[in-house]
Amino acid sequence: MMVARILTSQPKNQIGMWVQKAVTRCWRRAEVRRLLSSQSKVPQSPTWSIDADADPQEGGVSAEVIDHLERLALVDFRNQEGVERLARAIQFASQLHNVNTEGVQPLASVLEDRALYMRGDSVADGKCTELILANAKTVVEEYFVAPPGNIPLPPHQENLSQQ
Amino acid sequence: MAATFLHDGGRGCCRLLLQAGQPGQGVRRLLHAPAPWRTANCRHATGSLPWESVVGLEIHAQINSVSKLFSSSQVKFAAPPNSTVSFLDASLPGTLPTINRRCVEAAVMTGLALNCTINKKSLFDRKHYFYADLPAGYQITQQRLPIAVNGILTYRYQVGASWNEMATKCVRVKQVQLEQDSGKSLHDDAMHQTLIDLNRAGIALMEIVMEPDMTCGEEAAAAVRELQLILQTLATSHANMSEGQMRVDANISVHHPGEPYGVRTEVKNINSARFLAKAIDYEIKRQKEILDIGGTILNETRAFDYKLGVTIPMRDKEGKQDYRFMPEPNLPPLILYDTNSLPANMKADQVINIDLIKEKLPELPSVTRERLVEQYGILPEHSFTLVNEDGLQEYFEAVVKLSNVDPKKIIGWVIKDLLGHLRQQNLTIKQSMVTPSSLAELLTLLEKRVISSSAAKQVSAVQQGNLKVMNKLIGLVQKTTKGRADPVLVKTILEEKVLL
Repeated sequence: MMVARILTSQPKNQIGMWVQKAVTRCWRRAEVRRLLSSQSKVPQSPTWSIDADADPQEGGVSAEVIDHLERLALVDFRNQEGVERLARAIQFASQLHNVNTEGVQPLASVLEDRALYMRGDSVADGKCTELILANAKTVVEEYFVAPPGNIPLPPHQENLSQQ
Repeated sequence: MAATFLHDGGRGCCRLLLQAGQPGQGVRRLLHAPAPWRTANCRHATGSLPWESVVGLEIHAQINSVSKLFSSSQVKFAAPPNSTVSFLDASLPGTLPTINRRCVEAAVMTGLALNCTINKKSLFDRKHYFYADLPAGYQITQQRLPIAVNGILTYRYQVGASWNEMATKCVRVKQVQLEQDSGKSLHDDAMHQTLIDLNRAGIALMEIVMEPDMTCGEEAAAAVRELQLILQTLATSHANMSEGQMRVDANISVHHPGEPYGVRTEVKNINSARFLAKAIDYEIKRQKEILDIGGTILNETRAFDYKLGVTIPMRDKEGKQDYRFMPEPNLPPLILYDTNSLPANMKADQVINIDLIKEKLPELPSVTRERLVEQYGILPEHSFTLVNEDGLQEYFEAVVKLSNVDPKKIIGWVIKDLLGHLRQQNLTIKQSMVTPSSLAELLTLLEKRVISSSAAKQVSAVQQGNLKVMNKLIGLVQKTTKGRADPVLVKTILEEKVLL
């Protein structure tokens, strides 16, 4: 209603005139947008929805799976709450399995139809050892220092019995 | 540094193939013939029940480029630690990969030389695993759609005791894929820590995957040597195994004829063709012995201990690896063109034309060998020596051109006398003090019977720095002149004549 009043009133001064012009412009743009979207191929409301009950991954996550995931991701789920949160996340993501993708080419990136830019083979980087090593907690000579072997995780048996 | 750094954490993988003389058409011809890679088996002693062994290879070859695959930091062997590392190589947040055109061209050229089909569209993927020398936690590789597929490599190897008994075999090349190398880990056992150098992180590799078409260590080693020669001829890789520019993993299994392949083991990071043959033959023997007494083979990764000549299990992998491959979101597909599909509105430096690279392919080693045998009438085994020794073929051809001597006579001098002397002194042909023109002159003199064969041999020896032989030459002059010459003057004149 505010818009209608501004548009129909006589502007009292120059500022009033600017306001009127700006509002007119906005209003026209909104109208155009509304017109376009009514002709869009994208449906205005969902045409189908997934069946929330048809969940393929029923219930909790086994201790073996937790152990496997912790090893792959080097993440410690710590306690029952963490495990439950994981189960809910899996359940949420699993809904995707209910979508029918038959005959649809997978789309990994919206840039798929762009050309991959190629660089010439010349040296223009590196020689910044100090900067690179500035991120390290421990340095020996010009080396990063890491724990021996891979990241320590408790052995399988121990890890499983804890859970 | 108060520590022992021995173990290189290189876990890259490569695979190899062998090439036939005629790119392209050779493949089809071979595929219709009774599969040559399934025939003849190696000379393995068989127990009560015969065993057949199969060997497949994954070869990682470092691409010969100035800068890395996705960053513009330098590729340099033995540079000070962490000096050739960009922010991308160290996986700092906010960095993005930009592909190196040279690396793409090298992979295409290698694929063509191995008779592969070049995929005009190939994709990049992330392969995840945790290791301290892989700061991103993943390696960019080509898992779904590699740059080249379905090739073939033809190689020859010695079946009997002599060079005359050569067999020709083929191995199918499954694929050639582009990927990044990891950094290097130096394990400091004394201080209980690992030192990380990221100089190697991000260097371009070609992983060449060869199907299990080989049956023993000798075959695999011959295939690897042929691949090495091809890469060096193309200059797409230095392929020097001792410097880690080529690393070979072998997959090995045994089974009874007519039965499915057995459980395979993987022997990783073998750094010479000789050790490759030894490791494979040891592993085949080990598997047969276990199966003969009713045991089972574990699907495991093993390392070759070259001092003991045995393979030993590696502890680093527990159970099945799960690399959680996913499409690389930061790299659109890599599109290549041929002359018929060139795009109209693209800058020339953004277009790679496969046909142009095909035209630029140099003469491949197998073709060179055939040409040498045909053109100069030399023996096939000599053609192998000429091609295998860097620079020897050019040397031989130069001597042939500069003299009117039968190439069949020249080859003996070049291989037996020249190369023999050089090897004794641990020199390469490029370090030889005898130039092709002086050898040509010497052989021309010999041919015209101006000098005797033994004198020629001695001159050749002196020219190569063997000054003891000089006295023999002085003796020859004294004999001819019946002792009338001044030995000191003779020596001076000879030194001038022979050594210059």
